[in-house]
Amino acid sequence: LVATGVGAKTYRRIRFILIQNRAGKTRLAKWYMQFDDDEKQKLIEEVHAVVTVRDAKHTNFVEFRNFKIIYRRYAGLYFCICVDVTDNNLAYLEGIHNFVEVLNEYFHNVCELDLVFNFYKVYTVVDEMFLAGEIRETSQTKVLKQLLMLQSLE
Amino acid sequence: MPAVSKGDGMRGLAVFISDIRNCKSKEAEIKRINKELANIRSKFKGDKALDGYSKKKYVCKLLFIFLLGHDIDFGHMEAVNLLSSNKYTEKQIGYLFISVLVNSNSELIRLINNAIKNDLSSRNPTFMCLALHCIANVGSREMAEAFAGEIPRILVAGDTMDSVKQSAALCLLRLYKASPDLVLMGEWTSRVVHLLNDQHMGVVTAAISLITCLSSKNPDEFKTCVSLAVSRLSRIVSSASTDLQDYTYYFVPAPWLSCKLLRLLQCYPPPEDGAVKGRLVECLETILNKAQEPPKSKKVQHSNAKNAILFEAISLIIHYDSEPNLLVRACNQLGQFLQHRETNLRYLALESMCTLASSEFSHEAVKTHIETVINALKTERDVSVRQRAADLLYAMCDRSNAKQIVAEMLSYLETADYSIREEMVLKVAILAEKYAVDYSWYVDTILNLIRIAGDYVSEEVWYRVIQIVINRDDVQGYAAKTVFEALQAPACHENMVKVGGYILGEFGNLIAGDPRSSPLVQFNLLHSKFHLCSVPTRALLLSAYIKFINLFPETKATIQEVLRSDSQIRNSDVELQQRAVEYLKLSSIASTDVLATVLEEMPPFPERESSILAKLKKKKGPGAVSVELEDGKERGELNGGGDRGGDAAIAASNASTPSPSADLLGLRSTAPASGATPSAGSLLVDVFSEAGPSATSAGVNDDGFLRFVCKNNGVLFENQLLQIGIKSEYRQNLGRMYLFYGNKTSVQFVSFNTTVSCPGELQSHILQLEPLVEGGAQVQQVINIECLTDFIDAPLLNIKFRYGGALQNISLKLPVTINKFFQPTEMAAADFFQRWKQLSQPQQEAQKIFKASHGMDTEVLKAKLLGLGTALLENVDPNPENYVCAGVIQTKAQQVGCLLRLEPNARLGECVIVCISFVHQNLGIFSHSSLQIFSSA
Repeated sequence: LVATGVGAKTYRRIRFILIQNRAGKTRLAKWYMQFDDDEKQKLIEEVHAVVTVRDAKHTNFVEFRNFKIIYRRYAGLYFCICVDVTDNNLAYLEGIHNFVEVLNEYFHNVCELDLVFNFYKVYTVVDEMFLAGEIRETSQTKVLKQLLMLQSLE
Repeated sequence: MPAVSKGDGMRGLAVFISDIRNCKSKEAEIKRINKELANIRSKFKGDKALDGYSKKKYVCKLLFIFLLGHDIDFGHMEAVNLLSSNKYTEKQIGYLFISVLVNSNSELIRLINNAIKNDLSSRNPTFMCLALHCIANVGSREMAEAFAGEIPRILVAGDTMDSVKQSAALCLLRLYKASPDLVLMGEWTSRVVHLLNDQHMGVVTAAISLITCLSSKNPDEFKTCVSLAVSRLSRIVSSASTDLQDYTYYFVPAPWLSCKLLRLLQCYPPPEDGAVKGRLVECLETILNKAQEPPKSKKVQHSNAKNAILFEAISLIIHYDSEPNLLVRACNQLGQFLQHRETNLRYLALESMCTLASSEFSHEAVKTHIETVINALKTERDVSVRQRAADLLYAMCDRSNAKQIVAEMLSYLETADYSIREEMVLKVAILAEKYAVDYSWYVDTILNLIRIAGDYVSEEVWYRVIQIVINRDDVQGYAAKTVFEALQAPACHENMVKVGGYILGEFGNLIAGDPRSSPLVQFNLLHSKFHLCSVPTRALLLSAYIKFINLFPETKATIQEVLRSDSQIRNSDVELQQRAVEYLKLSSIASTDVLATVLEEMPPFPERESSILAKLKKKKGPGAVSVELEDGKERGELNGGGDRGGDAAIAASNASTPSPSADLLGLRSTAPASGATPSAGSLLVDVFSEAGPSATSAGVNDDGFLRFVCKNNGVLFENQLLQIGIKSEYRQNLGRMYLFYGNKTSVQFVSFNTTVSCPGELQSHILQLEPLVEGGAQVQQVINIECLTDFIDAPLLNIKFRYGGALQNISLKLPVTINKFFQPTEMAAADFFQRWKQLSQPQQEAQKIFKASHGMDTEVLKAKLLGLGTALLENVDPNPENYVCAGVIQTKAQQVGCLLRLEPNARLGECVIVCISFVHQNLGIFSHSSLQIFSSA
């Protein structure tokens, strides 16, 4: 993982989003950087190792290679966003929560199984809210309205 | 409320997923998957055309299998087929499969692009978004080639739906990131900036990411965005918590958009327009004010969203670094967070304060929090918080608090996590050096470092302490005493032994007067550690021993005994064996005078940027940011401080000095450690050189210059008043000269000042001298030379001083010639002539015939050729009368190989010398100048 590209100082973005359970099973992996499959697997394992050893007294941020992971735990699931070290921690922390609230509304009290059985829909939700490593839409109302509309299409 | 049931729409998929979940073992899972794969394959291959639904279901199953971690080698075509379906759910699965599984150089890309093209022109916003998301997710060059022209049009078209604009903006961002050359700026760029004014906050949120990226690359082209961003921000910040409806998050209006706006402004300096700036400052003040208001909700989401904006605002304030009032307010706000019950906030406050510490406006304000930060270092449970506290202590350190901070960091090191010890050690070492007022404190600190965290003390750190001790004679005695005491510990770290060996070897005599540290006691102490040490340390100790023999003749017998023992002289390690043999021999045959010369005290190292600082800079992570800022501050400090003889120019010009290992070469080379060991070649030339120093004091003095072409040491200049001796050494493209100015009179020289002017191809730096040179005294000056590329003109040394009121002005050419940067190259005959023939282009060759004024003495010629720096190749030229040489000229820009052939003609009393060189445009000039030098030498 090397920070590259245009205006590295001010231009930052999400590198990947992971949803994992405590056992380390991946429930969503969304990559915004090119990795080969082995590298992805390694990242998944490393993130799991880094995040699961932390407790509630720890921060929700953890340095990770040249980046940092902003994460939050919901029941047995860890929602992790990998961003550049200079990026805004709290904005992404609440970005995660915003996303979780949308999932909760969309799946009506979301649980891990919803993410398993509807994995292809979770991707749609992610793309509505995060695109190209950037925050695309933050309004829960707007996202849910759009998802509902898509749901109605055949 | 929207809610979806499990796997609705695709029953077969839900069943399959359940089956997989019910598998008791990995084997069972693989079996089930293989069964499914066979089933899908047969469906895809079957005669019966599959309907869209089945295709979607099977492709989705394949995707699921892939996501479980299994390879999928078919189904791509079916997925591509789904793209052209006019049903959303089918299209969506098709695009998803492509996004997750198809790599950019797939041969399907043409088909995929075709489908995307159709969807982009469909005017159906749902399909357009699917297509745009696919491009944004894949972002391949082929896609950029196909769509980089189309997407800007969609983005700025008047009739494009908001949701499509959002996707188009970020899709374009992705393409610009991946292939900036394909995204052409044009009429659309100015319209993109105006998206900051868009009614739809979602459009602004997406577009601003694109604008930020484009601005950071082309700030001038996009600078109108500043005033637009300020007015947008101002409207958000001043709105009530309910004004923005959908975009209010836990009573905070548009937190993410606010952060993005503040981030965009960090691409630019403060606005020049007074009104815009005033409005922005007002926004920033409002944000700071809001932090003090009672929260509108107890929920953490509320305070997080509010503080996300606050921290981004503080980043902008720090970025501007021009509003003292805001900087101090920011600092006070962060100070409150330092004691907040939320770990996140404490962490972020420490992190943010680190950058505030480097601003001159807020540095003092940051310092007031020192006790809180020290407490954090001691008590925080989360190592990353403690790490931030350590970073902040480092950043807030200055002369006034250095002792306290270094002491706290040292005590923290005793229990610090392994992961951060090395960095902590570097930081302590840097602070100790930077703020050392008395160097005994510095020495104590570094020795403590080695004691507490010896494993983490890298070479740079212990090299540096030795450099400093050698350069400062006021601390040498103390260092010897302290290191002697430290070595008394029964188990002391190997790094301590290294430092101890080196320092006692140089300065052990300074404490030898005390019977408790008599020479023999010192030696026995060092030798008691010998057998527990690694080979490099043992090698260093052997060098210390031979230095002991010189310092303390009374230890000679004991040490020779040790060197003579089988474990040394027959050591299986070549390096150790060689040292033992050579040192033993040296100590037995050399006279005391020779011994004293060979083993004289190390000369001072040139002042330069600390290599430790360079190492810390190399270390990645957030610490690096603060270090960069810190560095800027340090230069100012050095300018003001002055007592270390450093200045900003030195720090700058020294960025490319060799690694510290070059400094302490003596430790590693097999030759006895002594500073200016001249190369064998120049020694020979020295032996054959004649002609006493000539004396002139007007104009540039050339005489001395030419005598130094083939040698490095001697008297460069002499007149009735002044004698200048020179000692120089070269290594690759770097040279170091020691000039010794001797005042031959009994009257002091005043305003003694020297300057060096260099041609652009060379870079030099000179350490300034005291302006007074006492009568009869000799002062030493070090000049470092770096050869950037080949050159003709030598640097000029100008010396000015007053002698009894009369101004003396002397200009000399410093004997730096291109051949000084030669490295000899050994080569076989076949190789030599093959290259010789290859390279005989006219522009690569230079030839010169000269009178052999010193006769044809073989040894003289040989000596000169060696003195030139090349390797003299024996048995290469078929004519034994001729000489051939090879070498590589090392400059920073390049390395130029050179071959040389000298044909003496005894009958004519002439020599022909031919020099050729590899592929190099300026070779003519270069080789000619080098020949000129040689023939006249």
